[in-house]
Amino acid sequence: MTTKQLALVIDLNVCVGCHACVTSCKEWNNAGEAGPLTDQNPYGKDPSGAFFNRVQTFEVGEFPETETVHFPKSCLHCEDPPCVPVCPTGASYKRAEDGIVLVDYDKCIGCKYCAWACPYGAREMDQQEKVMTKCTLCVDRIYDELLPPQDRQPACVMACPTNARLFGDVHDPESVVSKAIREAGGYALMPEWQTRPANHYLPRRKTGCSE
Amino acid sequence: MRPAWSVILLTTLIGAGQGLFLAVFCVDLLQGNAAREMVVASCWVSLALLAAGLVASFFHLGHPERAWRTASQWRTSWLSREVLVLPAFMGSVFLYGISGSLLIGAIAAVLCLLLFVCTAMIYACLKFLQEWHSPFTLANYFLLGTASGLTLSVPLAVVSYPQFAGPLSLAAFGLGAVAWLVRCASLLRNRRLRPKSTLATAIGIDHPRIVQKAQGFMGGSFNTREFFHGRPDRVVRAVRWAFLILAFPLPAWLLGWGGGSLQAYAAAFALQFAGLLAERWYFFAEARHPQNLYYQSMA
Repeated sequence: MTTKQLALVIDLNVCVGCHACVTSCKEWNNAGEAGPLTDQNPYGKDPSGAFFNRVQTFEVGEFPETETVHFPKSCLHCEDPPCVPVCPTGASYKRAEDGIVLVDYDKCIGCKYCAWACPYGAREMDQQEKVMTKCTLCVDRIYDELLPPQDRQPACVMACPTNARLFGDVHDPESVVSKAIREAGGYALMPEWQTRPANHYLPRRKTGCSE
Repeated sequence: MRPAWSVILLTTLIGAGQGLFLAVFCVDLLQGNAAREMVVASCWVSLALLAAGLVASFFHLGHPERAWRTASQWRTSWLSREVLVLPAFMGSVFLYGISGSLLIGAIAAVLCLLLFVCTAMIYACLKFLQEWHSPFTLANYFLLGTASGLTLSVPLAVVSYPQFAGPLSLAAFGLGAVAWLVRCASLLRNRRLRPKSTLATAIGIDHPRIVQKAQGFMGGSFNTREFFHGRPDRVVRAVRWAFLILAFPLPAWLLGWGGGSLQAYAAAFALQFAGLLAERWYFFAEARHPQNLYYQSMA
């Protein structure tokens, strides 16, 4: 637990479902060093494409007692990632220095076994590049010393207009993400599979502004 | 899951090839030199099936030219282990075929069993695919593979070692029956499964009524294509009935009451193999991936 584990903490109480994180993620990861991250038929009848991040919407409860929950979904950078050991080539790996789960596109043979082995559906095959892709936590941004320090964050975090996305080291008890998890009751998805996701979600809660 | 033809063909073809090898190795152990012609012929047929399976598997890959890299992760990946054991097994069947050495045959037999384990464990090791995460997966791959190989050995025996066609057809009947019963048991087991993951655990909101309103995009994606078979229930049920009839009862009837002709035995294998293709399709289609919880509504 002493080594670094970078992660996102996503506040479901704050997310408004604007998809800014989706588009900024796509923009960053389609261009430059990381890209391409291709689409098929983007403006046609049956559009499709690879994304690292999706925002989904759920309705909880029964009308009229319902709540709309916007739910951003990306790779959770599990501490015990089931997608990594199954990879036959070693293209899928978890970095020892910061816990980011990555795919080496030059080693990936596109067998899709890692996607089968991820219960969250966090990996998407790039139909044109024929390799598996997934969230990199913007590994090509967060260590870039040419960027001003405040910009060394994942593109989705930078884009979020409501600050629903926090980024940091969940193994450092004093980090902003650890504090948020501790204070707001952050939880992991599908704990039943013991994947120990590094990303956490902060639950919906009464904000008390009406009192 | 969406059944992939490349993987269906790979697993059924090598299963039959492995089963055929095991069958003739047993014949060799029992009959020795008398069965030499049949042993050699069967080794070539087995190799042809294994090679065809290997070729089919390449169609599953996005980058087949990098397939050599799959040999590297045998410490953790059953897929990598399968990739190593399959060619090793093929090589040993080839050497056994040309040399007739029982020692090489025994090595090939061990590799053959290992290959069954590797292939089945690729699926059985994924714990959240509850339909696959069971010793039944191992038993089914082994039994269905060996049963189909034994059935194939019967017409080969008619051609090259007729005096042994009778005992082999009896063995094929017996093993086919066991394989069929075990497969039925696995169907019953999977019918009673309760998914451990629910929408509540998938998004972490503890409420009995959660409905997805949007999955984040309007078209399809890898997630909506790879993990859904997209066929109506009646098709899935029809495939199940088809394999239940084709995998054993029909070929068993031909083995027993087909008049002992080459045509009847060959037809028995062809029908059984068709049944096993349907069985493998169903095996994939039946598995419900927890990621599907996130992709229930297109809007």
